[in-house]
Amino acid sequence: MDTFLQQLVNGLTAGSVYAVVALGYTMVYGIIQLINFAHGEVVMIGAMVAFTVINALAPGGLPPLVVVLVGTACAIPVCMLVGYSMERLAYRPLRGAPRLAPLITAIGVSILLQHLAMLVWSRNVLAFPQIIQNTTYTLAGASITSVQIAIIAVCIALMGGLALLVYRTQLGTAMRATAQNPHVAGLMGVDVNRVIAATFVIGAALGAVAGVLYGTYYGVAQYTMGSILGLKAFSAAVLGGIGNIPGAMLGGVLLGLVEALGAGYIGDLSDLCAYGWIADLMGEQCDGGHFILFGSNYQDVFAFLVLIVVLVFRPSGLLGERVGDRA
Amino acid sequence: MKFPAKVWIGTALVAATLIALPFALAYAGTAWVRIANFAILYILLALGLNIVVGFAGLLDLGYIAFYAVGAYAYALLASPHFDLHLPFWVILPIGAALAAFFGLLLGAPTLKLRGDYLAIVTLGFGEIVRIFLNNLSRPVNITNGPQGVAGIDPFRIDGFDFAQYQTLLGLQFSGPIKYYYLLLAVVIAVIVINLRLQNSRIGRAWEAIREDEIAASAMGINTRNVKLLAFAMGASFGGLAGGMFSAMQAFISPESFVLVESIMVVSMVVLGGMGNVWGVILGALLLSFVPEILRWTVEPLQDALFGRQLIDPEVIRMLIFGLALVLVMLFRPAGLLPSAVRKRELMGQAA
Repeated sequence: MDTFLQQLVNGLTAGSVYAVVALGYTMVYGIIQLINFAHGEVVMIGAMVAFTVINALAPGGLPPLVVVLVGTACAIPVCMLVGYSMERLAYRPLRGAPRLAPLITAIGVSILLQHLAMLVWSRNVLAFPQIIQNTTYTLAGASITSVQIAIIAVCIALMGGLALLVYRTQLGTAMRATAQNPHVAGLMGVDVNRVIAATFVIGAALGAVAGVLYGTYYGVAQYTMGSILGLKAFSAAVLGGIGNIPGAMLGGVLLGLVEALGAGYIGDLSDLCAYGWIADLMGEQCDGGHFILFGSNYQDVFAFLVLIVVLVFRPSGLLGERVGDRA
Repeated sequence: MKFPAKVWIGTALVAATLIALPFALAYAGTAWVRIANFAILYILLALGLNIVVGFAGLLDLGYIAFYAVGAYAYALLASPHFDLHLPFWVILPIGAALAAFFGLLLGAPTLKLRGDYLAIVTLGFGEIVRIFLNNLSRPVNITNGPQGVAGIDPFRIDGFDFAQYQTLLGLQFSGPIKYYYLLLAVVIAVIVINLRLQNSRIGRAWEAIREDEIAASAMGINTRNVKLLAFAMGASFGGLAGGMFSAMQAFISPESFVLVESIMVVSMVVLGGMGNVWGVILGALLLSFVPEILRWTVEPLQDALFGRQLIDPEVIRMLIFGLALVLVMLFRPAGLLPSAVRKRELMGQAA
């Protein structure tokens, strides 16, 4: 039971970060049907900028919370600028081009950003300075740290804020209209180009915060961190139904939970010696020992396995609309 | 069909160039012959992926998994790892068949998925295969994990060893040069197969599915079988290329089969011109040679300009590469040599 609760807490933390990153993918996809492969790199740049600022301010003796907030506040505009420029330079000229063309520019942008980051910050890992007093609380056998609580709280706030923006404001209405039909939205007086740019900028800002949270949780940031995080978040977005905002949130949290629980249990579940009849078959190999088929290093398999299984039964994701079969 | 003299002369010139090429490259250094060999391997991969992406319109982002399957099949059956040393003409078909089987394994559950959902599932599949290769060293050592498999047998026919240096007819044949001719023969066969496929009944069925799946099935095309066939055929080319990669390198590890490689092959297909065999070949040649040429020019250039290495050459290489991907797509969104159908579509849109 302890393992279960503990992995639940860990999964929830990682999952809420995935959810926030997934929002960046899903918003862009919903509006222009583009897999923005470079979004993971935006998240990485957010983390790197914030870590640089935090490391510079850390010896100053300011309260840790202020340091982290200032770092995040510096990362957000940088990421927004990156998000805006990539939409403007690499994606906007390709609207109406064959579908795979913007995918390749997205890959190109991703390579560019990753290596620019390497140029600026070198290959070294940036560490999070020891400034936060990380208190650990025990909750029914599972421990949860104050950082974890903060991460989950910030993510919930971000998701709530985004939901308000999308469903309650004029910009949000314009975004939803553009997602449904850009041409008609344009006829109704929506400045489609501005709305799309705004979507990229908002997604990038969310990504910046997510980058800081992710980096803070694991204590390190590096120029390669964007790819695997982006991949997981993108899977989360697809899991929930890409283009669907609540779906991305659900998918992210679910992916985090599956991953954590999977990593926590797979070793025990695939221990052949734990099953009586197999243990008998294996004979002396099992005498008091273990024969573990899959260890926790298979953690990353779960995310993708669940994704595949879900998509086989629900081809448009958990909350995705069933699209009619048409060309 | 009658071919005019021009075509014959052109073909003869191309053939002469291709035959003489490795010796010219060897003059610049054996490394360049190896690079040429890798370029041919990439052409094989890109042509295989072109069947899935270009002909049938199914975006596959995990294609490198089939390359890995072929490579590991060869490595495990012809190396000291299991102490098996089967001859290559036995293993290559096994590798290709195994890859085709994996293609079906991936294709069968994903038949209903469309567009980007398919893309992410294939991507996940590629990652799963890589993670398994990385971890299948415990509790039973099958793949030897991250250390990879070493000492893989080269191609060998009755004493004729492809890895050894040899003098034939007064010409010096190094290992890479021998592989070059073998790869050239294979790639020409594959090109012919691809060109023939394109206008065959199956090729047209793929094209119909790519353009409109519902209409295609209404025309009596068994979309399920035809799609599975695309996956299996594409995968088998990947498996074949993988086996040859294994033999040439004599060492493989999961490092060679990462996501970036899949993305690279997709870029080759799209950049060159999806669905057009010559475009895909051009894309593969460009993307395998340009980074190498940059590798050899960026360093001396910096030395000449600044007198020292101002910026890590590797970084510059990748920056230029990323920029090139973006720029080519911005100016030629249908690829460098678009297929006839795509060209028509774009013209239609512009009008």
